[in-house]
Amino acid sequence: MSENATLKENTAATDTAAAPAPKPKRPKPKSMIMLGEQTNALFENARIAKENGEKVGWSASIFPQEIAETLGLNILYPENHSAGIAARHQADPFLQECEGPLGYSNDLCAYAKVNLAYASVLNGESNVELPDGGKMIKPDFLLLTNNICNQLTKWYENLAKQMDIPVFFIDTCYNAYDYVTETRVRYVRAQIDKLIEDLCAFTGKTWDEERFKKIMEISQRNSYLWERANNLLDRKPSPLSGFELFNYMSAMVCNRGKESSTAVLQQLNDEIEQHIKNGTSTFPVEEQFRVSWDGIACWPYLGHNLRTLKKHGINMVASSYGKAWAIEYEDLDGMARAYCFASTNGDNATTMIARRIEALEKFGCEGTIYHVNRSCKVMDCQMMEVQRQISARTGIPFTSFDGDQADYRNYSEAQFETRIQGLVEVMRQNKEAISNG
Amino acid sequence: MYTFGIDIGSTSSKAVILRDGNELIAHVVVPLGTGTVGPKEAREKVFEISGLTPQDISYTIVTGYGRMNCDYADDQISELSCHAKGIHYLLPTADTIIDIGGQDAKAIKISPRGQMLAFQMNDKCAAGTGRFLDVMARVLNVDINDLGPVSEKSTRPVAISNTCTVFAESEVISQLSSNIPIEDIAAGIHNSVAKRVVGMALRLGRSQNVAMSGGVALNVGVVHAMSRELGCPVLVHPLCQSAGAIGAAVLAWEKYLKGEGKVS
Repeated sequence: MSENATLKENTAATDTAAAPAPKPKRPKPKSMIMLGEQTNALFENARIAKENGEKVGWSASIFPQEIAETLGLNILYPENHSAGIAARHQADPFLQECEGPLGYSNDLCAYAKVNLAYASVLNGESNVELPDGGKMIKPDFLLLTNNICNQLTKWYENLAKQMDIPVFFIDTCYNAYDYVTETRVRYVRAQIDKLIEDLCAFTGKTWDEERFKKIMEISQRNSYLWERANNLLDRKPSPLSGFELFNYMSAMVCNRGKESSTAVLQQLNDEIEQHIKNGTSTFPVEEQFRVSWDGIACWPYLGHNLRTLKKHGINMVASSYGKAWAIEYEDLDGMARAYCFASTNGDNATTMIARRIEALEKFGCEGTIYHVNRSCKVMDCQMMEVQRQISARTGIPFTSFDGDQADYRNYSEAQFETRIQGLVEVMRQNKEAISNG
Repeated sequence: MYTFGIDIGSTSSKAVILRDGNELIAHVVVPLGTGTVGPKEAREKVFEISGLTPQDISYTIVTGYGRMNCDYADDQISELSCHAKGIHYLLPTADTIIDIGGQDAKAIKISPRGQMLAFQMNDKCAAGTGRFLDVMARVLNVDINDLGPVSEKSTRPVAISNTCTVFAESEVISQLSSNIPIEDIAAGIHNSVAKRVVGMALRLGRSQNVAMSGGVALNVGVVHAMSRELGCPVLVHPLCQSAGAIGAAVLAWEKYLKGEGKVS
């Protein structure tokens, strides 16, 4: 275990210990407080529902949340939960348990590794202490789409087998073209219809078309507000530190069909607009460079990422990650169509490149940072070609770094710092070249 | 007017003094890196050779892995920009640089003025780095400085297939136990480094004007393997190991001219 000593996960704590007296923390904005309350309610409602004998589910992050919401089901989100564990530097015992006694490969997605170990504790097969007291309560069923990741299918199959519970699954296809054929829409729509029927039978709930319409209105309002908040970062300087938007993703991932998300996102929009009006920003230093972020957040080192970027005055104003949840559809056909295209991992390179170039232009980005995520090999698969083509077409420089969405062992702080500094040096030259004509 | 550049690497420290940004007054390489007495020794020696004192220096730039821990420099710049500038100073026709350092490998595309345009770096795996070669030299019981000449005698290089240093070490041990000549194993090791690094460099596009920088460029076996993989000659300057420190001193001069920072 000596290796663990050098790979101590509590990097934030180490840094704090070495630092001078910490600055007083900025008070949390109201939207963040509301978000915290919403997250607490999600877990608390699931706990109460379980106590009352209702069935509670776990869901993949890009699953049509409105289905569960229409049925009034309480759903929790393993990917989101694992990200939280990783961001709080609590992943280590779960990773050890998963790769050790449970016998899973180190190469698996770290969200899966954390969750499989967590589930094993809930199932009485492991003894890892649960840092949140077990608020991710044991599920009675699983909701799954594979648009974001095919490994999810095996992960959920294992959970289903381990806990002897059903998986309600929508299969989507990789998009070789930049459009969706009607055949595909019918394929996904048929699965949605069957899933609703089966889910009703399993949970004893009833599908109410009127309630679905109402939920869809809320969901679309939330999608609009989320996209709007993201888009407001196109102001120069940006009214928000871009990394802060990652914090609000749970409102879209876990609560997209809820009015509480409308309240959170409306408040967030109001706060951003107030910053624009006042000429202020939550980005703590002068914004010298604007960049886009490609890939999932490196949750175990979000603090180090942010500190390093802040040191150089880099604000991350555009991200392909967060906007993945701004999905637009109004009915079940629209839902089927949208979920054929609802994740960057399901898109072909042409689509990915076009979307990113549009974002680089819209947000006035001077560079891109690519997170080569050891956990998400599907996302990395197209990344090299995407970065090459985008850089060739736009002339915008980039750098990439090795990291992981939840496994803290796959990251080097020194390497991240050197790459960011290299990117800054190229961006500064480009800036000087423009100002010198 | 004198400027000072120091490159504090993970395995060695390089110090350089330039006059007026172009005349090389003194240069020193100490085979000890950050966290050791290496940086201090390099600094002391370069002043001793030059006959100058720190008070004579107008501007100092530090680069390299240990650049964050240097309290006397006026500024710190990444080793990427410093190698770009340093190689441009030594080999002005180069437009692509391959720098293999102690713990990372870089490919850098530079402008005709020596400015960095784009770069690629290895992932955090040690394969394809100077450390990889250190490990292999130890297994072969060959001094690291002799690894290149030894490999030049090879007639049938073996294939080293593993990209992981630890696995490659096992592979080399297995070759040794099969009585494969050391020169063929050494050549195989160099080919493996070249394949890995060239793969990365080609992401920047093909070039016929490639130079190698850093201490590994002194290994003739790696340079030849690199040249074969790239399909073009690879330029190497005798001062390649000091290229980062030279670049730092040149950049220090440029910053001094712009009036940036202090004048001590």
